[in-house]
Amino acid sequence: MTIDEVALRGRAADLGKRSIKNDAKRQGIAMAMSMVDLTTLEGADTPGRVRRLCRRAISPGAGLPPVAAVCVYPRLVPVARREVDGTPVRVCAVASGFPAGQVPLGIKLEDTKAAVEDGAEEIDIVIARGSLLAGDLERVHDEIAALAEAAGPACLKVILETGELGSFDQIANAAWVACRAGADFVKTSTGKVSINSTPATALCLLHVVRDYAAKTGRIVGVKCAGGIRSSKEALHYLVLVNETLGPSWLVQSRFRIGASSLVDDLVRQMCKMQTGRYVGFDDVVRD
Amino acid sequence: MPRNMTDATIHKTFKLYIDGAFPRSESGRTSAIHDPRKKSNGVPLAQVARASRKDLRNAVQGARGAFEGWAGAPAFLRGQILYRMAEMLDHRASSFADALVRYHGATRAAAMREAEASATRLLFYAGCCDKLAQLLGTVNPVVGPYFNFSMPEPTGVVAALPPRMPPLLGLVSCVAPLLVPGNTVVAVVEVEAAPIALDFAEVVATSDVPKGVLQILTGDRAELVPHVATHRDLDGTLLVTDDETERLLVESEASDHVKRGRTIDVGTPARWHADSSRGIEWIEPFVEIKTAWHSMGR
Repeated sequence: MTIDEVALRGRAADLGKRSIKNDAKRQGIAMAMSMVDLTTLEGADTPGRVRRLCRRAISPGAGLPPVAAVCVYPRLVPVARREVDGTPVRVCAVASGFPAGQVPLGIKLEDTKAAVEDGAEEIDIVIARGSLLAGDLERVHDEIAALAEAAGPACLKVILETGELGSFDQIANAAWVACRAGADFVKTSTGKVSINSTPATALCLLHVVRDYAAKTGRIVGVKCAGGIRSSKEALHYLVLVNETLGPSWLVQSRFRIGASSLVDDLVRQMCKMQTGRYVGFDDVVRD
Repeated sequence: MPRNMTDATIHKTFKLYIDGAFPRSESGRTSAIHDPRKKSNGVPLAQVARASRKDLRNAVQGARGAFEGWAGAPAFLRGQILYRMAEMLDHRASSFADALVRYHGATRAAAMREAEASATRLLFYAGCCDKLAQLLGTVNPVVGPYFNFSMPEPTGVVAALPPRMPPLLGLVSCVAPLLVPGNTVVAVVEVEAAPIALDFAEVVATSDVPKGVLQILTGDRAELVPHVATHRDLDGTLLVTDDETERLLVESEASDHVKRGRTIDVGTPARWHADSSRGIEWIEPFVEIKTAWHSMGR
């Protein structure tokens, strides 16, 4: 597959120049919030921190809707499960040797199964990108398929780590493999490497899932993650989705944003719109 | 077209100073600065950026980002950095004097006096940094086996609205005391005083002042003051004004969200040279006193 990189980057940048104001901005902020996978993936995560994250996820503030899901390490899934039960917020776990994915398949499968048993409704896995870069697409495919089976009814999001794939051709290839292997979402990044989601990689993935849906009729969603911190960036991503796949894709079952501090900014921007004043440092909760 | 490069007159465009960079106004607007000695407006001497509400927003963001580092820096280091600013300004005193003559029609002697007084003022505040804790802090007598300390801490992000005249000494007299305890500052300067203020920004940028510690916006004060007054992420406002409406607006908005404020009359240019225009009482309004109890440990 060959992607015209210059045109792709150009179109992604062009679509970031829309001026979104007033009512459209209000709706966009609420929509972005409803698509956030509120994430904490630190070695220092504690049950207390996860509980606080969950409460933020359920009611972010400024009258904004709950986020789509909280995304945590498997060990903390039971904590999150208890905290969000009875709310629309789902629990998502990163599994399969996140973030590098350099563990044997057996361990990846156990990791995934355990997270689902603990109550994760969504599983984010990383592909064996070493195999992908070595050209062993079959192995990548088979691993994803095995993990999809292990995940059972849980929504499977496949992290391609686009920042390490080198080219858009490779990103598109990886996304096709993931779609074919049974991914419910393709996801850009772990957030643990220097290059995370960019509008151009998002656009590339949106094209792939559009073509895949046209060919097979099966819908695969897109999750962009890593480095999305401002409302402005989030709105840019929503524009990309709308212009590539149409408004029917602007739902949390088809598009997600993996983020943490983005929620703070969405709340700040909403407060600014409601009061007409820039928000003070201590006016809203910070994470 | 000039015949050769030595004939070329380069009209400087003065840009804003935000978060360690010199951007144009996001609005793209500029104002022309004309020769104060000429009656008719011919070719302007310079163009200065005219800041907008969004430039103010960016400036406050920069200042907020720099606050933790600046407030947390050792007082001695802040003193060294202010001392470096004084050095840089003093070294360029004659070029500042030239600018004061050129843009404000000052006499050469008065201009030199102002430039040197500005450097001296920075020097004064450089010396204040590591003495502030002694001057404003105390050890309080308490009942029980405890030490009880009161210590000065910075208020936060403070807006400074200096006088139009004297352009350099007024600006330095307003921003330097704010920087002493560790506040980060957004100075909003009127267009008329802009070339000098933005020249001063070049001193700041080359004096090891961390980015975001001081921003200088130039523009239409009547346009920017309401935005300064209502911005809730500014923790304080130092306002130099004789305009009652401006004072009322800033003070009433400040009371709405517990913003610190100090309002000073503009006064004569000479008053800014006087010793009363410097001192601990210029630092104190933007300091918060924190009191801590500590066990004597027997």
